[in-house]
Amino acid sequence: MAEFLQQLINGLSLGAVYALIALGYTMVYGVLRFINFAHSDVFMVGAFAGFYLSRLVPLHSLWGGMVVMIGSMLICAALGIIIERLAYRPLRGRSKLAVLITAIGVSLLLENTGQFVFSANPKPFPPLFPQTTLQLSGGLVLSSSQIIVLVLTLVLVAALRFIVLHTRIGTAMRAVSFNPQAAALVGINNDVVISFTFGLGSALAAAGGILYSLNYPTIDPLMGVLPGLKAFVAAVLGGIGNIPGAALGGLVLGVVETFVNGSPYSTYTDAIAFAILILILLFRPAGLLGRLQVEKV
Amino acid sequence: MPARSHFLLLAALLVSFVLDRFASQLNPYYLDICTNVGINIILAVSLNLINGFTGQFSLGHAGFMAVGAYTSASVTMFLGPHLPLGMGGPLLFLPALLAGGAMAALAGLMVGVPSLRLTGDYLAIVTLGFGEIIRVIFRNMESVGGSLGLQGIPDYTTPFWTFSFAALTIYVVSSLVNSTYGRGFIAVHDDEVAASAMGINPTKYKIIAFIVGAFFAGVAGGIYGHFKLSIDPKGFDFVKSIEIVVMVILGGMGNNVGVVLAAILLTLLPEFLRTMAGWSLPNPFGSHSVSLRWIAETRMIIYSLLIVVLMLVRPQGLFTLSLGRHRKKEGP
Repeated sequence: MAEFLQQLINGLSLGAVYALIALGYTMVYGVLRFINFAHSDVFMVGAFAGFYLSRLVPLHSLWGGMVVMIGSMLICAALGIIIERLAYRPLRGRSKLAVLITAIGVSLLLENTGQFVFSANPKPFPPLFPQTTLQLSGGLVLSSSQIIVLVLTLVLVAALRFIVLHTRIGTAMRAVSFNPQAAALVGINNDVVISFTFGLGSALAAAGGILYSLNYPTIDPLMGVLPGLKAFVAAVLGGIGNIPGAALGGLVLGVVETFVNGSPYSTYTDAIAFAILILILLFRPAGLLGRLQVEKV
Repeated sequence: MPARSHFLLLAALLVSFVLDRFASQLNPYYLDICTNVGINIILAVSLNLINGFTGQFSLGHAGFMAVGAYTSASVTMFLGPHLPLGMGGPLLFLPALLAGGAMAALAGLMVGVPSLRLTGDYLAIVTLGFGEIIRVIFRNMESVGGSLGLQGIPDYTTPFWTFSFAALTIYVVSSLVNSTYGRGFIAVHDDEVAASAMGINPTKYKIIAFIVGAFFAGVAGGIYGHFKLSIDPKGFDFVKSIEIVVMVILGGMGNNVGVVLAAILLTLLPEFLRTMAGWSLPNPFGSHSVSLRWIAETRMIIYSLLIVVLMLVRPQGLFTLSLGRHRKKEGP
């Protein structure tokens, strides 16, 4: 039982990071209906921004960690907005395939530029936050970085929910997602809303990048590929375009993966996410919380 | 038209036979590049059937290639020594390639069946997932070397086999698409709903496209394995699939001539950039010459930038002159 709870905690803290990345995929899909492949590389840039910013603040301190995290989120928000402006906006209204391939191209561009600028060698990620471990009753161990990951994810998801449901820009986002033409008719500037969505999603990816690196403290320019793909699976699992769904999907995927990792089949961990994806698309293509849309002629 | 394509196939087979006779006199470096070009032509043209003609965006072609490579290498390595004298050796190469193709086709069937419920982005991700799953499975199969891969595959690949299969792939794909039956692929690509209203079964066509495409990818994998002499799961990852997709996009979806040209161009480009990085240009403003070594370091950045710029400027592909009859109508 203790082992089960321990794995559950580990799984939740991994799933929280997947949830943060999945939120970015799902929001962009909600307003633009396309998979932003470059999102996983924004996650990588977030971790590297954290790595370089951490030289400016004292390590092992709560406020230092928060400053680094906010700085990295701002950098990535800017990066996301620039990517959308330069690569995706000129293609708006073109075929889906062209946009998808551009997204793959942007993803490769970020990875290759990352390998050139940051060098391909893995780097150790500094301990930003104070590090202690809590011994709970029953032999459970809870590390401070796991607590920070869980708490910060909760705070960020709550903030996102507030923005989407209770602010003017959030209302505009939902309107664009519902019907872009009708939103434009009532005076919503779609371009601004889409830029804002990219900025918001990229900021969450940056936070995810830093939180991921706290638990797995080695970063390299290709680190985003696998977590990115898995977060996408999480978004589909929860129902793409659905914000609570993405958070739920991330947590489920993280827990399942951690349990598989602790089982004799641990070498198949990387395949589990994709197996879940194929099963969910076969049996419930709209995802756990999504609604099915019928294609109209 | 059919007479002409038969004639072209024969001519291509003859050329590859002649090339094979003179292979020993060619510079081995150029011969290697030629073999790579041939393998990439098979991969790109077979993917063009799935992506270009049928409009099913697949990102798992490297997975099919892996299935073919592992199957055919297992046939020549594990089955070959047990056969009676005279049946092993290079004679076994063709059956091994066909076995690799058949296994890959089976994998294609397995991917094709779920694909009938999915379109666009979802399909891309599912095929990508399948490719990764295939890779993880090979990594866990100790009988084929696990994550270290298979070493010591016999050296059976010759220019004759490579180019014969390249010619055969082009022949099969273009004949298939230009046949009365094969118009169904293009119909599915253009408008699935309209196609099924005309009595075409989109599901059937999608699955056939996946099976045929995967078969040739498997053959290409077999040729690749017997050319590189060692294969490992890492060589067949997502990046390899993207490389093949880029050839199809660059050539123009559903344009076989363009795709072949793009496969040749993209195989030669890295070699050319590598050579260019060794050059130095005379500097008119100073005594030191300008080294081009930076090209070697930024090669991959140039490559990825090229994809983005190409999509922004020429989404129909480099070698498609008109907008083409296969282009999908835009807008709602």
